[in-house]
Amino acid sequence: MDGTFLLQQLVNGLTLGSVYALIALGYSLVYGILKLLNFAHGEVYMIGAFIGYFVLIGLGGPEDLAVPVAVALTLMFLAAMLGSGLLGVLIERFAYRRLRNAPRIAPLITALGVAFFLQSSALLLFGAQFRSYGTFQFMTGGIEVAGVRISTTRILVVVAAFSLMIALTLLVGRTTLGKAMRATAYDREAAAMMGIDVDRVIVATFLIGSILAGAAGVMFGLVFFSVYHLMGFTAGLKGFTAAVVGGIGSIPGAMLGGLLIGLAEAFSAAYISSTFQDLIVFSILIAVMLFRPTGLLGKADIRKV
Amino acid sequence: MPQLPPDELGTTGQPRIGTDEWVASVEGRRERRSGLTGQLLDRLEALPFWQPLLVVGVLAAIFPYLTDSDYVVRVGFNALVFALLALGLNIVVGYAGLLDLGYIAFFGFGAYTYAILASNKFDLHLPTVPAVLIVIAASALLGLLLGLPSRRLSGDYLAIVTLFFAQIFVTFTTNANRITLPWSDEPFDLTGGPNGISGVDPYSIFGVEAVEVTSYFHIALVLVVVGMLALHILSRARTGRAWKALREDPLAAEAMTIPVNRLKLMAFAFGAATAGLTGSLFAAQQIGVFPQNFELPLLITVYAMVILGGAGSIPGVVVGAVGITVALEVLRGPAEARLLFYGAILIGLALAIRPWLRLAAVLVATVALGYVVHFVVGSLWPRSVARPPAESEGLIGEFVDSWMLLPTEPGTIGNVAYVVLVASGLGLTLIRPAWRAFVLPPILYLAAFVFENRLIYQPSVTRLLVLGALLVVLMNARPQGLFGTPRVEIA
Repeated sequence: MDGTFLLQQLVNGLTLGSVYALIALGYSLVYGILKLLNFAHGEVYMIGAFIGYFVLIGLGGPEDLAVPVAVALTLMFLAAMLGSGLLGVLIERFAYRRLRNAPRIAPLITALGVAFFLQSSALLLFGAQFRSYGTFQFMTGGIEVAGVRISTTRILVVVAAFSLMIALTLLVGRTTLGKAMRATAYDREAAAMMGIDVDRVIVATFLIGSILAGAAGVMFGLVFFSVYHLMGFTAGLKGFTAAVVGGIGSIPGAMLGGLLIGLAEAFSAAYISSTFQDLIVFSILIAVMLFRPTGLLGKADIRKV
Repeated sequence: MPQLPPDELGTTGQPRIGTDEWVASVEGRRERRSGLTGQLLDRLEALPFWQPLLVVGVLAAIFPYLTDSDYVVRVGFNALVFALLALGLNIVVGYAGLLDLGYIAFFGFGAYTYAILASNKFDLHLPTVPAVLIVIAASALLGLLLGLPSRRLSGDYLAIVTLFFAQIFVTFTTNANRITLPWSDEPFDLTGGPNGISGVDPYSIFGVEAVEVTSYFHIALVLVVVGMLALHILSRARTGRAWKALREDPLAAEAMTIPVNRLKLMAFAFGAATAGLTGSLFAAQQIGVFPQNFELPLLITVYAMVILGGAGSIPGVVVGAVGITVALEVLRGPAEARLLFYGAILIGLALAIRPWLRLAAVLVATVALGYVVHFVVGSLWPRSVARPPAESEGLIGEFVDSWMLLPTEPGTIGNVAYVVLVASGLGLTLIRPAWRAFVLPPILYLAAFVFENRLIYQPSVTRLLVLGALLVVLMNARPQGLFGTPRVEIA
């Protein structure tokens, strides 16, 4: 195992990690505000990947694109992000809103139902076969660093993911909406009393989280080619694990957790066995829960009575 | 506190004395039913729990002798297996209020452990009783181990750990046929990989081997009846009451010196043990175990059973389990699926729409709309009515043929119709109830269109779709299910 191989795995891990980080952000945002584990989030990501795929097909398919590659990519990302965002808002409005004050388990079961509904809807609409983005046909080239070829797709994905994360950090940290989101996450009732429209903030949170998931879906399609109806489930699990590892509710934590999980998966696939990479991620989750339940960057949840 | 006379406990259904008294009297208010069915239900509920249980149990025990079809008995057995699973999940979800999404993995763990202990795989062939006892103990222990990391944390973490565990269980069983051990060169085969383990010993109790499916039906029936009785006793005992307190408010329960963590783990282990026991029964009847038996769709099926019946209600979850098993079995054949589909819509409408006149108007309008659409569209594009329906025999088939648009290429248009149907179903919840009757006929026709053109051809997808939608709709509209107790919230 030489340095080149190690570097290659590092690149793989970073790419996969950026995708997980984007998913983890959606989980973390929603969990921070509603204390709701949105199982349907992974399926939103899957729908985003499919929207990207159908836009690509609509533009002539990977082999003969009717428009320049940059335009095609922009359109794919925009459509997937818009579609996923809309889906997220719909889910919040119709499945979760009525249950906001119900016992904790009610929205969780609903989320499970939404996830299975979306998954089987995708199976009904798109069929069970794998669909390929065929990225290598329209995005060639790349750069070489220390003997390792890094393809344009990977560079694009990592750069795009980090741009989105920076944009999100600025949004949450610097804007009025971000301030309202932080206030709602801290104490929903008090925020409502201070004149914050909590409903609007929650819708915005779902919108932003789902937009990120949609972008992550397209990125996954670009790097790993194939999209299928079950892809959201595992990715959702990994995304949530990333959010927990980083500290749920914390934005930099979700990014860090995503990258860590991506790297762990890439290295375990390379050095141990790709069959048991889920097991490795699961062990990380258990270990974090045992030794640092608040996650790497999370704050302890102090309950007031 | 002085004993209050019953008529002061708010016969009007409004809190008169104080919120706490109103909450405390919820049992009394609920039992005051009117009408013939109400009085009958009151009588039924006044009986001790074991009496109706005994009657239903004896009737169910005769059931296999009324039919000579093995298939029907096997469906009955499956229903009982699901009833057992639902009872176990009821402890975890219904009483303790914990979300255990790895429940199916315990079922699978029990099945695999039994298969390893009693089959040709390692030539162990343990007798049934010790093997089943080991299975129960091992499942409970695994439940404890899995619950431990989440014990200090909220239920959400438990949910994700268990869901992850369920996912890994399937991966593990599919791949654990070539484990490399440090001390040997030969890869070790534990689970048989994708081929599973076959040649599992049948149950053999007191020297009598259970081979026929009827025997397994009776074993499962005994387990269900015993399980229901045990759960009934447990739910009234200290532990059961503590679980319910924990479910309603963990913090208050802890303040009342209830050992919250220990009870959570206990509920978890009880659920796991029940699932493990059921798994061994399943493995013995099936004479084999395969990884695909324990995939996630099974999880949502069991959850739908518990939620539909009413989490926390013992007869409720059993009725939910039997009902959903039979319904899913019926869904396999197109003609029966169609009956089920239109029947369910009719029942749903009859429950939702009052008065009867309005219901009749909606139905007549739907049928009339269908004929008009069929005539107009059919004469404009003959291809849109050219395909025969999935099952054209019989009266209903002929009706569908003359009423429904059946295009020759139903793929794309069916998909569009499905998306529009979901969107309009969501939109329906937004408009005023009085106006709903006017938009219902086109939506109903659209639903029938989607069913006849898409869903009827894909029963396995339809089953998941329906179960997922059922969970969402139930949790939003009637979280207590069919038989559960409605929650009373104190502000």
